[in-house]
Parts: sequence; C-alpha cells; structure tokens
Amino acid sequence: MGTPASPAPLEPTPSQTVGPFYGYALPFTGGEELAPVGHPGTITVHGYVYDGAGAPVPDALVEIWQADEAGSLKGAPGSLRRDPVTGGILGRNGVDFTGFARIATDASGRWFVRTLPPGPHRDGAVPYLSVCVFARGLLHHLFTRIHLPEHAAALAADPAFGELSEARRQTLVAVEERPGVYRFDIRLQGGAGEETVFLDFA
Amino acid sequence: MTPPQPPTQAEISAEIAALSGSRPGLAHPDRGYAPYRSSVLRHPGKPLVVVKDPEAVELTGPAFGVSDVTDLDSDLTRQHTGEPQGERMTVTGRVLDRDGRPVRGQLVEVWQANAAGRYAHQRDDHPAPLDPHFTGAGRCLTDDEGRYAFTTIKPGPYPWRNHTNAWRPAHIHFSLFGRAFTQRLITQMYFPGDPLFPYDPILQSVTDEAARNRLIATYDHDLSVPEWSLGYRWDIVLDGPAATWIEEGR
Repeated sequence: MGTPASPAPLEPTPSQTVGPFYGYALPFTGGEELAPVGHPGTITVHGYVYDGAGAPVPDALVEIWQADEAGSLKGAPGSLRRDPVTGGILGRNGVDFTGFARIATDASGRWFVRTLPPGPHRDGAVPYLSVCVFARGLLHHLFTRIHLPEHAAALAADPAFGELSEARRQTLVAVEERPGVYRFDIRLQGGAGEETVFLDFA
Repeated sequence: MTPPQPPTQAEISAEIAALSGSRPGLAHPDRGYAPYRSSVLRHPGKPLVVVKDPEAVELTGPAFGVSDVTDLDSDLTRQHTGEPQGERMTVTGRVLDRDGRPVRGQLVEVWQANAAGRYAHQRDDHPAPLDPHFTGAGRCLTDDEGRYAFTTIKPGPYPWRNHTNAWRPAHIHFSLFGRAFTQRLITQMYFPGDPLFPYDPILQSVTDEAARNRLIATYDHDLSVPEWSLGYRWDIVLDGPAATWIEEGR
C-alpha cells in the first residue's frame, strides 16, 4: 500500500461511552472461557465491578488480553467464531488459546474468566492479564492489569509503580481464594473502597 | 427517601455551556463529565498511573480472522427474512492510526437502534415499535487499506432518562481494535445536521469543538446508490501507542 507517514499526527477520534445496550452486539457465548477445554492448568479469576458508592455495576464489559503460558502474545483468531450458515455464534473451538476474553458483568455486577496463567512475555517480565473496562457512564474506557499473587513482590519492585502506596498497589494483585481461584475486584472510583489503579499509556 | 427530581434540560444545558471549550485540544472526554449523570459515580477520582513504556502485552492485540466474521455480518438489513423499516444507508470509511497508516484486518463492530429509535434489547422500554427484521448489530474486518463498510438503516433518535426531555441524537456505536490493545476504542458516529446535538451531554462531553466534529459523519452523494441507499463516510483515527516492531500487515 505504501501510504507515506503524515507529517503531523492525525487527531484521534474521541471515545464515547459503550452505553447500556451493547449486550446484543459485543458479548459472545463463551467469551469468558479463554482456557482450552480440559486444560489442567486452568485458573479462574472472578470479581465484581463497583462504582464509587460501592454498588456493583451490572452494565460493564471487561476485556482481557494476555500472553499464553509460554509468554507468547501472538494470539490466535477464533475468539468469536461465527457459523457461516446461520451467522450465529459458534464460540471458541476449545482447542486454541486466543488470548482474548470478553465478559459482560452479570446482573449482580460480577464477572469471571477461566484462563491460563500468563507466562513472562520477555526475559524477566512480570506476567499479567491486561484488562480494559467499559461501562455505561464511563466516557472513556480504563486499562488496568491483573497480577497473580506469586508476582506481587516483582510488581512491588517495578519502578513504574514505585510511587504507589502499598494499598493502591495491591489493587493490581488478585487474591487467591482457593487453589486455582482468584478474586479481582475492579473499583471504578474510591469512596467505598480502594480505587483500582488505572493506567495511562502515554 | 424521596427520589431526587431529574434535572431539567435547562439545567443540563447550563452545565454543558459551563464546560464547553474546556480541555482545549484534548480529544477524549473527561471521564467525570457531570452533565452525563451516569458518569458521576463511575469515573476514577485519582489520576491514572502513567506508563511511559508499555509492555508488549499492551503493544500487541487480539487477532481476528475469517472464522470470526461471516459475509452477512456487515449487512444489517439482511439478517432476517424481511426488509427492515427505515432509510437504507451505507456507512464506510477508513480506520487509521495517528501516523495515517491503515489499520488492516482488524475487527470493527457496530450496534444501533432501529429506525424508530428502539434497541432490540430487553431493557430498552422506549414505547417505539420493535422491527422484527432488524437487530442492529454488525461486524466486519478492515481491508488492506483499512476500510470498513456497513449496509444498514438510519437509526432514530430516542429518549433516555438522564434528565427531563433528554433525547439522544441518532448515532451508531462503533467498537474498534487496532494493532495494539492500547488502541482499543469504543465510540459513536453521529449524522450531520442533527438538531439534537447541543442538548446531548454524551456528545457534548467532548468539549473541544474540533474533536467533537470528528464524531460526525459526512454525507457523500457519490456513495448513495440510485433508488436504493444514502451514503455516509466516516474515518476513524485510533489513539494510543502502537508497537512499531509489529508487522504492519498483521
């Protein structure tokens, strides 16, 4: 194609809220089932999305993008898989790890993903799940990261988060509730709890 | 406890006017934009942590392919057995990054109300007719020049309960992926000349006029098809860093 780079960067298209009615367009059956069927290393991460009053948010959408167990970020297509005959949603093939999950919070504001623990995406990297949160009322999405507790010490040593208090940094770490099951709540605003640390990629 | 009375349009309009022109040069709305009441308890109160050097996890993104999209997905008028009500139109444009490079092979998703301003969603209780021949969801992959195209019908405006007499301008929701997760965008496309623009706190949350105008499509008569459809053109520029080391054609 060979489009030359513009001399001045183009101005970005502004973000707008996902609104309340994304439900029949974006979520898909099995969006939360990221781990291949029957994979013995499967973990579950679950939690709630809360607003500033501590009320759960039933109309939020959580997306996850992560490395596979070996640290690869190549991803695989096939998260959505559509039936070419009916156009309906076939869901994942259950074989490939695509790295992408999309979960709508339920009526109680809860979400979960069944996935594989991410591997380090480069030597010495702290693995994590990258999270993008959308919600009615949120005019521009928010990014955060989910770290598993075994990486909490490495996270504390990361200079990017050195200015944070211990309590704030803990909002980036899931809590192991029982083997293989982790809790990660997302608080859009402090007030009723410690606000989740959200990231700006300058 | 008596529920608080919803604000009047005059009160909301005064709030919009007070914030108009604030954040000059900034494209994205402030997440806490009080005239949009749903934002009040749903935006961070603390500054975001700036990550100057995003990791490869953010600088890559999910892959979508031909198995994720069917040929009919981009024609919202052909998803049922009959013709939907309303004004048929095509919407097309390019998805570019800030350097003007086409964003290729990436997923574009849309959803919208029907011609009467009603969503095919259980929680939309606006007393306008549902259209059995229109669901209002579509998707496509961008081509080698970053182009997307949809055939659909023009959505109607609809009331919502942000304040008394609140009406949304007609719009189509767009969800976009770039070459990096940092380029992820959900936005709304509006139609030129809509009289509801000044009254709508969601559109007006983009307080910079030039940035706001980038949300409005252009009517393109050459795109209109005789006896068939009207054409609108709308280009989308994704923000955020993209990894330069990623093969562009991915």
